Amino acid sequence: MLGETGPEWLSEEVKTGTTIIAIEFNGGVVLGSDSRVSAGASVVNRVMNKLSPLHDKIYCALSGSAADAQTIAEMVNYQLDVHSIEIGEDPQVRSAATLVRNISYKYKEELSAHLIVAGWDRRDGGQVFATLNGLLTRQPFAVGGSGSSYVYGFVDAEYRRGMSKEECQQFVVNTLSLAMNRDGSSGGVAYIVTIDEHSTEEKVVLGNNLPTFFDQ
Amino acid sequence: MSTHAASSTSRKHKSLFTKMAMLTVSRPPLGGFSFENCKRNAVLEGEVNKVGCSLPTARKTGTTICGVVFKDGVVLGADTRATEGMVVADKNCSKIHYISPNIYCCGAGTAADTEMTTQIISSNLELHGLSTGRLPRVATANRMLKQMLFRYQGYIGAALVLGGVDCNGPHLYSIYPHGSTDKLPYVTMGSGSLAAMAVFEDRYKPDMEEEAAKQLVRDAIAAGIFNDLGSGSNIDLCVITKGKVDYIRPHDEANKKGIRTGDYKYKGGTTGVLTKVVTPLDLELVDESVQTMDTS
Repeated sequence: MLGETGPEWLSEEVKTGTTIIAIEFNGGVVLGSDSRVSAGASVVNRVMNKLSPLHDKIYCALSGSAADAQTIAEMVNYQLDVHSIEIGEDPQVRSAATLVRNISYKYKEELSAHLIVAGWDRRDGGQVFATLNGLLTRQPFAVGGSGSSYVYGFVDAEYRRGMSKEECQQFVVNTLSLAMNRDGSSGGVAYIVTIDEHSTEEKVVLGNNLPTFFDQ
Repeated sequence: MSTHAASSTSRKHKSLFTKMAMLTVSRPPLGGFSFENCKRNAVLEGEVNKVGCSLPTARKTGTTICGVVFKDGVVLGADTRATEGMVVADKNCSKIHYISPNIYCCGAGTAADTEMTTQIISSNLELHGLSTGRLPRVATANRMLKQMLFRYQGYIGAALVLGGVDCNGPHLYSIYPHGSTDKLPYVTMGSGSLAAMAVFEDRYKPDMEEEAAKQLVRDAIAAGIFNDLGSGSNIDLCVITKGKVDYIRPHDEANKKGIRTGDYKYKGGTTGVLTKVVTPLDLELVDESVQTMDTS
């Protein structure tokens, strides 16, 4: 807008060049993300947890611009708190996804972040919603972020309907490991969140415990 | 005051007012931001570039700032050089800003932006604290800062390291100009951040003692000072623990000005005087005027 651009590292926006994934199983969802945050060529945070709670049993996975994604998640967290007090019970995953979608759509020209919303509610069980560019669609699983391009083939080939909770967790960890190995903007550790009727479990898989594949 | 003087001043005011009125009537205010100065700046830049000069650049603190969480609190560190392009504008500026009695903030980026942003949030936090009746929390200061920086979409060039101790223990945040924040046990920012982070990644341990933490921060800032052109001069530290703040300025004068070992001046009388001629200069008094100050 103005003439001069100023120092480069200030204008290089902090991005969560990322791999995020969420998958639904019978009775819940599993979300996974890497932990790298970059500003230009520099990694500014190597342990960021990109799985952000929107409510007790609803989480969202952040990707794209760190500032935009964090702000959307915090705004929706607040709006969901108000909404759940108004209705007097836990909110539906579809409501959370709709709130995220409303912000993403209304400000789609100004924002550059993609959030995947996943959680469990009493009405429809485990659900995963993608909100890319302001759409709202329920999917059995969703991948996002810069690292997702490298693993579309893997997830399309390996996904089967009716996987158990443990199989889903393994599927998520495998996908993240493959993407982190190929994508320069993804790396660090893997965060896994499993949400079902009884509990919300957060787990960290450190770098040396990630599954290895051919050529590693 | 004589009536003659009063009438002459009022006559002057009236002519000024009519001039002002002619300027203001031309365009009514529209509301919202006014970008008139941007057009003016663009025109000025064109004019100045034609002559061969360049407009003055915003002074930035090419900087090394960092923070570390230790057993009882946080240690914040900063260098003290402020640069204007390739020239050092201030050799001993203070980059650790007060937010509240238990929270301090280091600032990198545009000096004016970090200064004003921290002052605004410090003022708002004080009002907030009067409203809650409690000591403010570091998370509150973090929220206020990130929401303000996001609102300005990165145009406020302030990269901050925010640290403090509150009822929930010690906390450390890094805040970027676009409004994203990270909560970590050790953070570095500024042009010297890579050098400082190298020191942290090598020697950081959780639950350090105060002296070890101070030494670590000092070494990290020193790495930035000696390996980054934008950072230099002294090392300031701020140690925040529950109930006590140690603002150590300077902690380490890493770049003390050296003492000259020799002198090119000669003592009076070294050169012998051969002759002495005195010529008085006659200066003519052209005009004498007295301007009285209004000290009423």
